[in-house]
Amino acid sequence: MEDHVVIIGNGISGVTAARHIRKASNKKITIISAETNYFFSRTALMYVYMGHMKFEHTQPYEPYFWKKNRIELKQGYVSKIDSDTKQLHFANGETLAYDKLILATGSKPNKFGWPGQDLNGVMGMYHKQDLENLEKHAPDNKTCKRAVIVGGGLIGIELAEMLHSRHIPVTFLVRETSFWNGVLPQGESAMINREILRNGIDLRLNTNLREIKSDKNGKVKSVIIEETGEEIACNVVGLTAGVSPNINFIKNSNIETGRGIKVNQYLETNITDIYAIGDCAEQHKGINGRRPIEAVWYTGRMMGETVAQTICGNRIKYQPGHWFNSAKFIDIEYQTYGWVFAQPRENETHFHWKHDDDTKCITINMNATTGEFIGINTFGIRMRHELFDQWLTEKRDVDYILEHLKDANFDPEFFAQFEEDIIAQYNTEFNKNISPKKKSWTRIFSKA
Amino acid sequence: MKTLSYTGLFIFLSGLAIFTASIFLGDFQLKQSDLSSFLDQKGINNDFLQNEFKNSNITKNRLGIFEFSSIVRGVLKNNNAHYDQLIAKYDAAKDWDKKGKQYQFRINEKDFRSVSFALAKKAGSGFVVENKGLMWFLTFGLGILGALLFILPQLKLLGPKGIKNNGIHLNAATNRGWIAWLVLVYLVTFYIFLYFMADYVVNWTFILDPISISLSKNEASQWFVYGFLYCVIMVVMAVRMYIKYRHNKYQIVRTTSVLFFQIVFAFLIPEIMTRLKMPSYDFKNAFPLDYDFFFEWNLKSLTESGSIGLFILVWGILLTLVIVPVMVYFFGKRWYCSWVCGCGGLAETLGDPYRHLSSKKMISWKLERWLIHSVLAFSLLMTLVVLYCYFTGASSLLGIPADWIKDTYSVLIGAWFAGVIGTGFYPIFGNRVWCRFGCPLAAYLGLVQRFKSRFRITTNGGQCISCGNCSTHCEMGIDVRSYAQKGENIVRSSCVGCGVCSAVCPRGVLKLENGPLDGRINPTDVLLGNDVDLMDLVNNKS
Repeated sequence: MEDHVVIIGNGISGVTAARHIRKASNKKITIISAETNYFFSRTALMYVYMGHMKFEHTQPYEPYFWKKNRIELKQGYVSKIDSDTKQLHFANGETLAYDKLILATGSKPNKFGWPGQDLNGVMGMYHKQDLENLEKHAPDNKTCKRAVIVGGGLIGIELAEMLHSRHIPVTFLVRETSFWNGVLPQGESAMINREILRNGIDLRLNTNLREIKSDKNGKVKSVIIEETGEEIACNVVGLTAGVSPNINFIKNSNIETGRGIKVNQYLETNITDIYAIGDCAEQHKGINGRRPIEAVWYTGRMMGETVAQTICGNRIKYQPGHWFNSAKFIDIEYQTYGWVFAQPRENETHFHWKHDDDTKCITINMNATTGEFIGINTFGIRMRHELFDQWLTEKRDVDYILEHLKDANFDPEFFAQFEEDIIAQYNTEFNKNISPKKKSWTRIFSKA
Repeated sequence: MKTLSYTGLFIFLSGLAIFTASIFLGDFQLKQSDLSSFLDQKGINNDFLQNEFKNSNITKNRLGIFEFSSIVRGVLKNNNAHYDQLIAKYDAAKDWDKKGKQYQFRINEKDFRSVSFALAKKAGSGFVVENKGLMWFLTFGLGILGALLFILPQLKLLGPKGIKNNGIHLNAATNRGWIAWLVLVYLVTFYIFLYFMADYVVNWTFILDPISISLSKNEASQWFVYGFLYCVIMVVMAVRMYIKYRHNKYQIVRTTSVLFFQIVFAFLIPEIMTRLKMPSYDFKNAFPLDYDFFFEWNLKSLTESGSIGLFILVWGILLTLVIVPVMVYFFGKRWYCSWVCGCGGLAETLGDPYRHLSSKKMISWKLERWLIHSVLAFSLLMTLVVLYCYFTGASSLLGIPADWIKDTYSVLIGAWFAGVIGTGFYPIFGNRVWCRFGCPLAAYLGLVQRFKSRFRITTNGGQCISCGNCSTHCEMGIDVRSYAQKGENIVRSSCVGCGVCSAVCPRGVLKLENGPLDGRINPTDVLLGNDVDLMDLVNNKS
């Protein structure tokens, strides 16, 4: 009899693990979710509200896929894990036995105890249910005359874009002095501030929420600003002040938790045969300078790829490669490769170039003495992941990277290119004399 | 801005209503002299037919087009019945000589409509015929003006440049709602009239007579109306594309290219060739999409037209055998399907609002492969039969009559599939129904693209977030995401390289490019960004 692998959570981490376990074995696989029947791309929920897509379009696999790959899907809410008898207890009283258990329960939106945070019309933007809630409270600008968003991160700006697409006026409260400036260097953060304002969104920097006020039916009526006491009338409040691991139901089990579920580098918890991956997993110590908890699509997928090997008998450490990430700020795409911090760390320096049209810029982080390339943020210009990954591995210096920057350009054909501009500015600022090399297919496609 | 847009819509709909209503206008009464000269010219003049026409209402009264057409077709039917009777009579009498002489007076049933059309063209009078300029303004003029007024405010209404597909899945026009079904019914009816009942829409040809005469010196046929309308629609909807994709130069250049090839190659050059008494030819229309290129009448016309005919013959063969596959090798089939082709041109302009409606299901992909390759095989078989009969003088090959297979293909594939279904079903099944399921040229280009081409859509390492915008907006129904989320390049025979997947991707994951064949197809399980040892282990296992 083959092992029964049970996965709690049908997000990218859990589903990737299931797919890879199926590729490598004949184990019985069950995925449990309380949220939806089928895996969907959480990052695409915004496009459903905006009308770019329908909800079924966010599902990467057709229903036949699960049957064909013998992956059982079970809808239900696990309320308790009994690791001694290897049993899961569901909220409705059912039980399910497992041989190996993978916890991939993801995150939940943060709430910081604001007065009124549980009123009707207050919501996060994370679950499918949040989307349904938003559709109910903000179907158009007649039902929702204004929405207030609290928290200036990736989900906050996405929610602002969503509401804006239905012509609903948005006030965007950001605690920091500039949008997402804990992550983005100042030039970039300032450019995104302007992008938000260009789109007619009422951006309030340095602004905190004091409380959310209710009407007599328990529905949102307004918010009060902490600093000024100003009252802003609104029908919807979006709370987007980050996420944290979704582990409440685990706290009454023997599994060790901190902010998330504690795992070693093999993604094993303190209990044999129980693993944790994705947003809910917390490394004892961050790997290669990464944070212990990384709530990112890509890391969730990588942990799924890795844990599947371990489950199938090829015990392997989770060793993510060079950091990369991406996002889109209204109309400005963002990609990052390697490390670029908001403030250069010790012995690091930034090179920043921005286009006059205020929608494109790059920041390159380098070693201040050796000029070694450490990372790049690119806005409004697409760049090749493979090349930057290779250059990071080869520990190239910035001169080399700029000389070969045309190779890295990933914008569609016929797009204007800016390598000459970028290099000219670099030459001036760093007193260099480099010139860009012509794009070369041989270099682009020679795998390191 | 919104008011302006709605005003435009109202003007457009008025123009469309007048255009549609115009087919009910006018009086049709045939002059005796016109009748005789027409019958003589067609070589079908005979006493019986003359008398039947003379005694019918069409020379006596002013009729509406529907009654006129019905009488003409009734007369032609009587005529055939009369000669069938004679044929039977002489057959019984074994008078082969007289029997043989009767056949020339029979008129092929599939030509009834064209006889009716030609007579109506001579017989028409009334408001439309007398006010061609005014009618042009009230139909085409208002249509163009209204559509532009509707579209141009988008420049402001859409907001800053970027991908603005807001609400397309919430709108009755673009989400298979009642508006979409109305448009479908209108388009399907339009095509049925155009292909099978052209005499009913003869008034449209009156409206365009002045333009047609100025180009080719001939009066407008229904095909001229179609060609002109095609160009007008593409120009207007290209303006929409320019606004929607003003941030994307690939889309702008590509739209300009299809527009140029439609207007110059498909429309103007053939008209001018007619004016110069040459066989008219669309130099970019490659066999087997140009399915009648090897038909006897075309080969005859080309071989009798001196050096230009010979040039067209050689060019047509070179185009299909050499130019098309070589270009596909270097650039992918996009160079034809979304840069040059007329069908593609309409799909990329008029059809753009419907691109997301193509089915991405696995079962549709299976259906697509069966259908499109069957049509390719059908077109090749037909051509084989036709050429065999042309060179040997036989009338059939392997028991397949050349006339029968030509007619069957022309009606089933040429008219119903490419036209009625191909374009008529845009609002429900997406804008590439014909290109995806039916076009034999696309099938041929696809085979080259799949097995021997530098073209691919590169997936940018591990950056895909499986959002599904690429798949949703793929007009060819390719599940782009299923490749991108595995870090694989997209190499699919059906991809026409429209570039919209790349445009709508929020994370910069997709790029259309031509590069070396090595590593073009790159199956991966573990994506870039993870442990290099694990990637090697899993990706290189099989």
